[in-house]
Amino acid sequence: MDVKVNKKLGLKERYALMTRGLGWDTTYQPMDKVFPYDKFEGIKIHDWDKWEDPFRMTMDAYWKYQAEKERKLYAIIDAFAQNNGHLGVTDARYINTLKLFLTGISPLEYMAHRGFAHVGRQMRGVGPRVACLMQSLDEIRHAQTQIHSMSNYNKYYNGFHDPMHMIERVWYLSVPRSFFDDAYTAGPFEFMIAIGFSFEYVLTNLLFVPFISGAAYNGDMGAMTFGFSAQSDEARHMTLGLECIKFMLEQDPDNLPIVQRWIDKWTWRGTRVLTLVGMMMDYMLPKRVMSWKEAWEIYFEQNGGALFNDLARYGITVPKCAAQAALDKEHVSHQAWATFYQYGAAADFHTWMPSSSEMDWLSEKYPNTFDKYYRPRFEYFAEQHKAGNRFYNLTLPMLCQTCQIPMLFTEPADPTKICYRESDYKGEKYHFCSDGCKEIFDHEPEKYIQAWLPVHQIHQGNCFDPGVDPAAPGFNPLAAVLDHYHINQGRDNMEFEGSEDQRNFAAWRTMAAKN
Amino acid sequence: MQIDLRTVSIKPLRQTFDQVARHLGADKPASRYLEGTIRVQAESNFHYRPLWDPDHEIFDPSRTALKIKDWYAFKDPRQFYYGTYTIARARMQEAAEADFDFVESRGLADSYPAAAKGLALEVLLPLRHVAWGSNMNNSAMAAYGYGTAITQPCLYQAMDQLGIAQYLTRVGLLLADAEALDAAKQAWLEDPKWQALRRYVEDSFVMSDWFEQFVAQNLALDGFLYPLIYTYFDNALTAKAGPTVSMLVRFQAEWYAETVKWVDASIKVAAADNKDLVSGWTRAWRDRAVEAVAPLAARALEAEADAVMAELTEQFNARAAKLGLAL
Amino acid sequence: MSNVFIAFQRTEETRCIIDAILEDNPNAVLNEQPAMVKIDAEGSMTIKRATIEEKIGRSFDLQEMQIHLITLSGHIDETDDEFTLSWQH
Repeated sequence: MDVKVNKKLGLKERYALMTRGLGWDTTYQPMDKVFPYDKFEGIKIHDWDKWEDPFRMTMDAYWKYQAEKERKLYAIIDAFAQNNGHLGVTDARYINTLKLFLTGISPLEYMAHRGFAHVGRQMRGVGPRVACLMQSLDEIRHAQTQIHSMSNYNKYYNGFHDPMHMIERVWYLSVPRSFFDDAYTAGPFEFMIAIGFSFEYVLTNLLFVPFISGAAYNGDMGAMTFGFSAQSDEARHMTLGLECIKFMLEQDPDNLPIVQRWIDKWTWRGTRVLTLVGMMMDYMLPKRVMSWKEAWEIYFEQNGGALFNDLARYGITVPKCAAQAALDKEHVSHQAWATFYQYGAAADFHTWMPSSSEMDWLSEKYPNTFDKYYRPRFEYFAEQHKAGNRFYNLTLPMLCQTCQIPMLFTEPADPTKICYRESDYKGEKYHFCSDGCKEIFDHEPEKYIQAWLPVHQIHQGNCFDPGVDPAAPGFNPLAAVLDHYHINQGRDNMEFEGSEDQRNFAAWRTMAAKN
Repeated sequence: MQIDLRTVSIKPLRQTFDQVARHLGADKPASRYLEGTIRVQAESNFHYRPLWDPDHEIFDPSRTALKIKDWYAFKDPRQFYYGTYTIARARMQEAAEADFDFVESRGLADSYPAAAKGLALEVLLPLRHVAWGSNMNNSAMAAYGYGTAITQPCLYQAMDQLGIAQYLTRVGLLLADAEALDAAKQAWLEDPKWQALRRYVEDSFVMSDWFEQFVAQNLALDGFLYPLIYTYFDNALTAKAGPTVSMLVRFQAEWYAETVKWVDASIKVAAADNKDLVSGWTRAWRDRAVEAVAPLAARALEAEADAVMAELTEQFNARAAKLGLAL
Repeated sequence: MSNVFIAFQRTEETRCIIDAILEDNPNAVLNEQPAMVKIDAEGSMTIKRATIEEKIGRSFDLQEMQIHLITLSGHIDETDDEFTLSWQH
């Protein structure tokens, strides 16, 4: 008879037996030695059993459903490659978004995989550990499905060829990379806020939902499939991040100020990284589903706002930076694209000026800012290009010590003036793009002075290949740096118009249309 | 524009990513396993040191005493990347599901002889905790190891061991009830016959060298435990009471036969340049593994136990010798 | 009260899931985008296994939604029979 009763165990009870029932308090080794890292941040946990499991998925169900997702995904990737699906995208400019994705985002998925393996080992509670390990497993999926989806693009287009080498060196790629290195090197609870909460819950929707919907709109079934398929795992990840934050706040009131500071810090760190996504959406997708500003309003202001309203019962307030972000949403994509356009000689993808109809779309979507601040400059760039003077800025920009983005953002109160902030620490001056980045530095200067800032590294001579002699006559530092980055000059970089990618795409499409 | 893109035959500019071409020594078509694995982990110019381990970089080869020239020599003979891994496990879980359904729907658990059932529960259920220990150790190797070629399969191993712990939990729920799981946990914590094994597992949690941990967990402990339980004990139970329990642990038996190939391939690579070091670890953890599982063998196999342990030791030594170790 | 939402890839199976959600949640609003469908609802939304099974014509495990899911927002409560998203405030 007992057996009959057992069969009625509900999902929650069964899942508890399948996960937290497995752990025990060690006695041959002290628990603090088995779990050495989950106390130093000052987060107080009194009862790990109070953890509420977000998604209750056992490994057998995980394997079953994930394998089904993988079969579907790879069937589409195979079909896309076999049918030369790349020739079906709207136009070859689109492909540049994928280069930024592969070099700037896929390596982060890998970092998330390793980071969650670490946190999934180190949290004392079994519930969060299992959820973190499942996320670790999902994240290697995302890195690999992205690499595999873009493998076929790499065969036909430039700029996809050496992503892992580039992310460790290239100036703008240090922006996303330092974000993840920052999270990884923090304690396990801060990592959960950084990645599980700010990145997954508040920010990944912006990358994987409107941007990927845009990829679909531009005819890229491969990117659409890996993107949506990845985001289906994110649903679990977001829930884990949210649960973790509630858990910390419910365990002890002393956790509130620590958690609040992390939320403030990581919302700002994430917002800065997303500048790149804003630019991808507004400038790099030939056909657009929505503007960056609209996406920001839906996924950050409304959805993030719903969450912060909900967390208000614990005393959490909306991150301080939200006010600045609300102003920035009308500017950052334009400011970033203007910067990449100028530094197009030092990038691993092509840049261009939007067509006049695209500028009209931007004017309509950004009525308060585009015509007033950006359109005249962009029209000037376009005219100059037409006249044979494509503008390239060959100087080295100053980078923010925290987010590592060049100083391209403007004062919150004055969109015509570049924002500079600085701090002195141990006799050195450090520069920042914003109050948010300065505050982050001021709280943990010992961490951020370690930053591997690409421009400083170039100045120090650390970005030339061995054997290169900067004192040699006729030495071209930019060329030497690009060699070191493995950027093929004239092929991977510079203007889209006239690029090999553009020519090949046009030629192959013509071949396809003829017998 | 409606065009039949299939008809176009265009010549690729390159066959694979440069990091893979450098590994292969030439630009030639590469498998998804290689493209998803080779040099995927960052190696240089880390921005910050871990607050929790400031003596090391984020990924740092000096977290083990192994000296390895090429960390991507550690290939997984199964060529598992996420897709092939989950699809392989989904097949195994489908078979396991069918077995559990069969046992349940035919009422085989109720008709299973009581003495055999008691023995099966006594021996198998505390192994949930051993599998969970392996999950912890393999997730540590996945986190602190160096190079995706070795860390990636460690995470798969960690998740497999979680799956095994969950299958063992289901055995408990099918043959008995949740209280049997509680009783097994008590035994794990207090019963003398489990203590040497529990000490082994807990000691392995605090090891600072992740490859020594690999040796202790995946080579030494599993090398004795899996054949003992899923071959010898399984045969003994089947002989006594029929194949019911054997069906419920088939996943583990098949899993071990598969994963041992990866463990062996990894040890072989490590031993090639570190023979003394890996041999020393293996010797020490073999001796402790024998001591840890002997009481379990005595309960599971009774009179046969000593002979089986001797046989397992002999097999283990022969296996180690084949992998290039001098025990 | 804030909105919760859930989004699915547009496929044959999700059509049934979406129909079930709209039937069980009169406050739900359908929002169609390229290759995806998003459903918003004020306060909370409940997805019922029984309704999906009726529409899809076979037994359905709510965890199967994982295959088609793109994203969601709100606190989750999951049982064998129902999957609920909600904000408490």
